Amino acid sequence: MARTKAAGDGSGLVEMAWDPITRIVGSLGIHTKIDFKQKRVAECYSTSSVFRGYSVFMRGKDPRDAHFITSRICGICGDNHATCSVYAQNMAYGVKPPHLGEWIINLGESAEYMFDHNIFQENLVGVDYCEKMVKETNPGVLELAERTEAPHAAEHGYRTIADIMRSLNPLEGEFYREALQVSRYTREMFCLMEGRHVHPSTLYPGGVGTIASVQLFTDYLSRLMRYVEFMKRVVPLHDDLFDFFYEALPGYEEVGRRRVLLGCWGALNDPEYCDFTYANMSDWGRRMFVTPGVVVDGKLVTNDLTDINLGIRILLGSSYYEDWQGQEQFVTHDPLGNPVDPRHPWNQHTIPAPQKRNFDDKYSWVMSPRWFDGKDHLALDTGGGPIARLWSTALSGLVDIGYVKATGHSVVINLPRTMTKPETSFEWKIPKWSNALERNRARTYFQAYAAAVALHCAEKGLEEVRAGRTQTWEKFEVPDEGLGVGFTEAVRGVLSHHMVIRDGKIANYHPYPPTPWNASTRDTFGTPGPYEDAVQNTPIFEENTPENFKGIDIMRAVRSFDPCLPCGVHMYVGGGKTVKSMHVPTGLSGLGG
Amino acid sequence: MTEATTKTVGAAPAEETPTIHILWINAGLSCDGDSVALTAAMQPSIEEIVLGALPGLPKIAVHWPLIDFECGPVGGADTFIEWFFKGERGEIDPFVLVVEGSIPNEAIKPEGYWCGFGDNPETGQPITTSEWIDRLAPKALAVVAIGTCATYGGIHAMAGNPTGAMGLPDYLGWDWKSQAGIPIVCVPGCPIQPDNFSETLTYLLYQATGAAPMIPLDDKLRPTWLFGATVHEGCDRAGYYEQGEFALSYDSPKCLVKLGCWGPVVKCNVPKRGWMNGIGGCPNVGGICIACTMPGFPDKFMPFMDEPPGAKLSSTASGAYGAVVRKLRSITAKTVDKEPKWRRTGEKITTGYRPPW
Repeated sequence: MARTKAAGDGSGLVEMAWDPITRIVGSLGIHTKIDFKQKRVAECYSTSSVFRGYSVFMRGKDPRDAHFITSRICGICGDNHATCSVYAQNMAYGVKPPHLGEWIINLGESAEYMFDHNIFQENLVGVDYCEKMVKETNPGVLELAERTEAPHAAEHGYRTIADIMRSLNPLEGEFYREALQVSRYTREMFCLMEGRHVHPSTLYPGGVGTIASVQLFTDYLSRLMRYVEFMKRVVPLHDDLFDFFYEALPGYEEVGRRRVLLGCWGALNDPEYCDFTYANMSDWGRRMFVTPGVVVDGKLVTNDLTDINLGIRILLGSSYYEDWQGQEQFVTHDPLGNPVDPRHPWNQHTIPAPQKRNFDDKYSWVMSPRWFDGKDHLALDTGGGPIARLWSTALSGLVDIGYVKATGHSVVINLPRTMTKPETSFEWKIPKWSNALERNRARTYFQAYAAAVALHCAEKGLEEVRAGRTQTWEKFEVPDEGLGVGFTEAVRGVLSHHMVIRDGKIANYHPYPPTPWNASTRDTFGTPGPYEDAVQNTPIFEENTPENFKGIDIMRAVRSFDPCLPCGVHMYVGGGKTVKSMHVPTGLSGLGG
Repeated sequence: MTEATTKTVGAAPAEETPTIHILWINAGLSCDGDSVALTAAMQPSIEEIVLGALPGLPKIAVHWPLIDFECGPVGGADTFIEWFFKGERGEIDPFVLVVEGSIPNEAIKPEGYWCGFGDNPETGQPITTSEWIDRLAPKALAVVAIGTCATYGGIHAMAGNPTGAMGLPDYLGWDWKSQAGIPIVCVPGCPIQPDNFSETLTYLLYQATGAAPMIPLDDKLRPTWLFGATVHEGCDRAGYYEQGEFALSYDSPKCLVKLGCWGPVVKCNVPKRGWMNGIGGCPNVGGICIACTMPGFPDKFMPFMDEPPGAKLSSTASGAYGAVVRKLRSITAKTVDKEPKWRRTGEKITTGYRPPW
């Protein structure tokens, strides 16, 4: 069935495409040119094939509908959008929710991290490292894994690295199935706080509709402690697995590696300080339990949300939109009097222009968000979220709540005693590289981080309940004219919502989730987006010939970013040779009975 | 462990029902929220369905982008999209087609695509989702629309949308039937309540083996046993409604109808069933019903946080009547809140029992 052909440009490269990429969320295509002689990916293009047009159909609607609508942007992190929208609305309406309402949102969002990272790490990414996959791509590595004792076997119970890999086999693996169960009780924790998953029912501007009772917190805490115990096994398990790859495949640190260009917009507000005013945003931003920051080449450029806000630019270049140059500018100055750029989301106009896909010109529905540091338009990535969050929090050294402490070079996570395991501390240290394995490792550590912050928030929330302060919602009025911005960290990274209200209606609304940053295309300056950039640098370690090539290293590089769109790639093998191989289905196919 | 499974298959009875393939297209205008929600199902769970844990379930092979093992390059080893071409060529029979996301109108623009799924090998351009539906629906055993987008258009078909989005019955026709005579099966919800979908899928698999009769659907193609009652009929705050007690702030435990809840006119079982494992929900836990399972969603229910016009009249009526009911109930409640007088210490028994000595 395979049609194979060399790249038409006489370069000797092989064109390959994956479409749709499975085990991610949404619609993303990766088109590559591979140099099989040098075992490297020479070129990569990232494309998304679905357009829905939220910022178009939200215009003219009641601003109070925004969180309900924007939640539907994403089916795995919709609650992050609802939360971000509620933050933006709180700013626009000038309302500050009761503390308890904020603790409840933090507990819901922490549960979202715990759920989402868990299901993605074990049931989507984990499969790339499972026995079955490694056997099909690097049989030599599996042999070595069989002979390699797991250093932390005492903590997680798997004797060899191959045992860990077997436990990750789809459906048949014990740990794979356990993770599915964990993804369920963490969603129950989420539903306790936000009503339902993934589109919350109890979230409102001004707070939440959740009835705050002792029962609510007991139900949450009982499940949380089970998760804490689970993490005491999972962190060492993944350390063993990912460390093994460095050992088994020297040079594997290059897979998915790119320059350290990380963005984190901060998450989980401290209600003692957060008043949702733009004027105080720099201050309360620094009080978040995940510190915002832009990290370039290992250095913290800023942790100031006002700077972060003003630096955002939306570029086009390879996307199916008409430019909005010369269109009306909604916001010329922010509430502090700082000038706002015409390419800032507050001023964006979305004008869809569907057309044929052409990799030399326009090839995606994703735009090119960049962060302007005063000199360059940086193609920041989030590394799937956790690596940027931990990096930024570690460098700022501001978080210190007992369960979590940022040291300036690391983050210490202290988990209390659980039913069968003693008190345990983990330290995430700033890694040497921003690459696929470190993105994955950070994901596991951040799960522990989220659980630790949740312990703090649950204690604070319960304090309010015990003191009888059970109000969770505050009244507000929608102004005729106003603007708001919400910043949070979606599971996969930076999330901002920019809203402009005129005549009491939405005049402009632009949500920017992490994936537009990560999956962005070549911009007007020709700078590739993060997936493109990371995949272009990826060496090929797979043992298969081009005919049986799966592109596992490319898939590992792309999935390390935790993409949130459906993907695609075409395969043309060099030399005009036709390959006729039909693979027997695996995974979810044909397992029944 | 793979071997173990294979051996079990080998040892199965000689008379084997054919494997039923499930082709899942998530590339309508969707958020993948219905795929994600299905992983939360527990009655039954996806692993129980795939591994055949319920008695009498046929063997199935699910080709589901969200968690599929296969991820090879197009035209190469283990290519996920190849299953859809096989479906088109009739090489996998029978198959059930699941569509997630609304169907955009691709005819309203000169070129390009609103949404695509895989590429056309001839042109290198994406194959639109509507084209896949044209190719696969006539060959499918059944076509299932998952989520309010695929069923009725949903949020992406909101007024002012640029894509002309619609639901699957709008696209194929409300009277459309599969070659097996099964109408489009619609499981609405934004997202679907997890067990609602796994239960519907299980039903269809039983129907495919001949164990169950034609799936009962209402005139909007919803399974009747799941969508026959309204939110309000299953809401545990309905007692407050009856007593004329309405929340005036969102954190009140009382009935939310004056704050935007559309539950009395919305067909959905969430308050009764819970969101998952009996936990969570909408108005039962403080979240107004925004009617996300309905064909009129979202436009006929916006602004969500305003009181539904119809609720004004009925809540006023219940306000007056409810005050009387509440008064009478409080009298009775005081009486039943006290123990009978014979529960006490003392030398004598006063329960009415007469000792024989």
